[in-house]
Amino acid sequence: MKDPVDVLIIGAGASSAAVAWSLAETKMHILCLEQGDWMKPSEYPSTARDWEARQLNDFHHSPNRRARDTDYPINDADSPIKIANFNGVGGGTVLYAGHFPRFHPSDFRVRTLDGVADDWPIDHATLEPFYAENDRMMGVSGLAGDPAYPPHEPMMPPLPLGKAGATLARGLNKLGWHWWPSDSAIASVDYEGRAKCINLGHCTSGCAQGAKASTDITYWPAAIRAGVELRTRCRVREITTNEHGMASGVIYYDANGIEHFQPAEVVILACNAIGTARILLNSASARFPNGLANSSGLVGKNLMFHPYARIVGYFDETLDGYRGPGNCIWSQEFYETDRSRGFVRGYTFEFSRGQGPVMAAVHGMQIGRLPWGTEHHRAYRRLFCHRTGMVAICEDLPDEHNMVTLDPVLKDTNGIPAPKITYRLSENSRRMLDHAVARASEILRAAGAQDLWSEAPIPDGGWHLMGTARMGIDPARSVVNEWGRGHDVKNLFIVDGSIFVTSAGVNPTRTIQALALYIADNIKQRLATLFD
Amino acid sequence: MLSADQSRSLRCLAEMMIPASAEYGMPSAGDDVILGDILQSLGRDTDHVIAVLQTLDAMSAGRFADLDPGRREALAARLRETGGEALMCLTRIILQCYYRDDRVMRSLGMEARPPFPKGFEVEQGDWSLLDPVRARPKLYRDAG
Repeated sequence: MKDPVDVLIIGAGASSAAVAWSLAETKMHILCLEQGDWMKPSEYPSTARDWEARQLNDFHHSPNRRARDTDYPINDADSPIKIANFNGVGGGTVLYAGHFPRFHPSDFRVRTLDGVADDWPIDHATLEPFYAENDRMMGVSGLAGDPAYPPHEPMMPPLPLGKAGATLARGLNKLGWHWWPSDSAIASVDYEGRAKCINLGHCTSGCAQGAKASTDITYWPAAIRAGVELRTRCRVREITTNEHGMASGVIYYDANGIEHFQPAEVVILACNAIGTARILLNSASARFPNGLANSSGLVGKNLMFHPYARIVGYFDETLDGYRGPGNCIWSQEFYETDRSRGFVRGYTFEFSRGQGPVMAAVHGMQIGRLPWGTEHHRAYRRLFCHRTGMVAICEDLPDEHNMVTLDPVLKDTNGIPAPKITYRLSENSRRMLDHAVARASEILRAAGAQDLWSEAPIPDGGWHLMGTARMGIDPARSVVNEWGRGHDVKNLFIVDGSIFVTSAGVNPTRTIQALALYIADNIKQRLATLFD
Repeated sequence: MLSADQSRSLRCLAEMMIPASAEYGMPSAGDDVILGDILQSLGRDTDHVIAVLQTLDAMSAGRFADLDPGRREALAARLRETGGEALMCLTRIILQCYYRDDRVMRSLGMEARPPFPKGFEVEQGDWSLLDPVRARPKLYRDAG
């Protein structure tokens, strides 16, 4: 048996890095177990000529397509939206675009303001100092003064508007609709030892420049310098409990498939809303027959994505194409509830630039714009560097029928039961997607697009995973309390997107990390009475 | 690994998809260098590619590559009507190898290099476009 540690964190992604760094000042023995590897930026796709091809293979956002040794399979056949993730130090931040919006104050009061779902047990003001602390650690570019948000000050200038951003902005201005440079976790100037963005155009398969704030280059080096131990290639099977119903440690497999028991005084789950629910359900025992921390029956339930719409237009003029970070500007014209639109809650438009030469061809052929034969070349030149557009990120309301369970057949390479996803798109989401496609089409036409194309929902757009171990004050209606501690197991904490009560209509990483810092702060403040 | 006959069929299919263009100075996707790249890039999709080529041979009642061009065109059109994941994989591999070829990239006005370490230039743009948005009242709701 290994020596016990004070705090054991499972997963080394966005939330784990933040909680580990924050707790390091306690000088407790903190150990993080990560099933993946450290990344090597010098080997990221953008360093070689097959940079676009690898995004469709070993850097694909679907774990089922990527199928690295460090991935686990996910049965998402019963969902119109397929799962995207990454397993390794940095987790999903290795592949994310770095869009970095905060929640709105109203996002924490959904029941009170709009009569749907539930309010969060905390509010925007509670998270505000942790948003700020997280911003300093990750580094945020943007522009103060966005009328869609309470005041906050990004520490770096915005990413360039470029030809695409300016074209879209003119369209939005014609309509009189809101837009603003996106808050981005991408360094627009040198920041804390990270070099500034050089417009590689390939943020979503790892940033070779190190300008994008993935936690393997932000929080983790600081946490490790402060004494946190991080072990890679350690895949946790289950959390064990003792005769008092407290977590006693974890059983995990190393890179050689050897089983180990790691005892711990405190266990923190940080594996995203799929991985965390999977481990809790795989930790069933005689005392916890329905899975650990699951007396509410809500572990795995209320899975939320953000249903996405993608709307693009082809323009006569040459745009940015393959140049520049995907992030550009956003619009929250349709974010807050307006019932006259036929749905509650809302969505954010995030505008993108263009595509590389391969993706322009692949997608052009998939959507019927690029023929075989002699006309191929002429058609391609109408597509390449002439496309831009946006996605709409729609708020997904919680529904207990949308869930993560354990697949009865599918297992990972260690024989651990894999997660199975059951998900249906709600009528509210469908209406929101339709609204977004219609409004986006107006924007693109106003901007001068000649040819439009859209899809909704984006089938492989399950990037944002939330809600499967929600936080709340009532143990019958939530899995963890208002500061992330398990209702049933008082030395078990959850810090990832599982604990979201609602999803808002923005990318969740900034809020996930602010929540992790908030929970770490609560742990530090309550050390003497942590298990009471 | 494809057989010699399967490689011949793949070359025919690639040339039909993207023929050479004198107008744009572009090679065909069946060009020796590009085909070599395609054959080395099948990887995890090899089974899908072989399945497509076997289907074409079955439709040909022989070797697809041995048919006359008119007949090949007709069969390829039928194949595309059927579609499917395997054909999508094969198409993607041809495209990903074609559009990273040095000659093709240069013809498109690109430098034949990966993005890193040189990167690319993107203009800042006209930030005065934000002026009307700056003048708007706040959009977010206070939540109490």
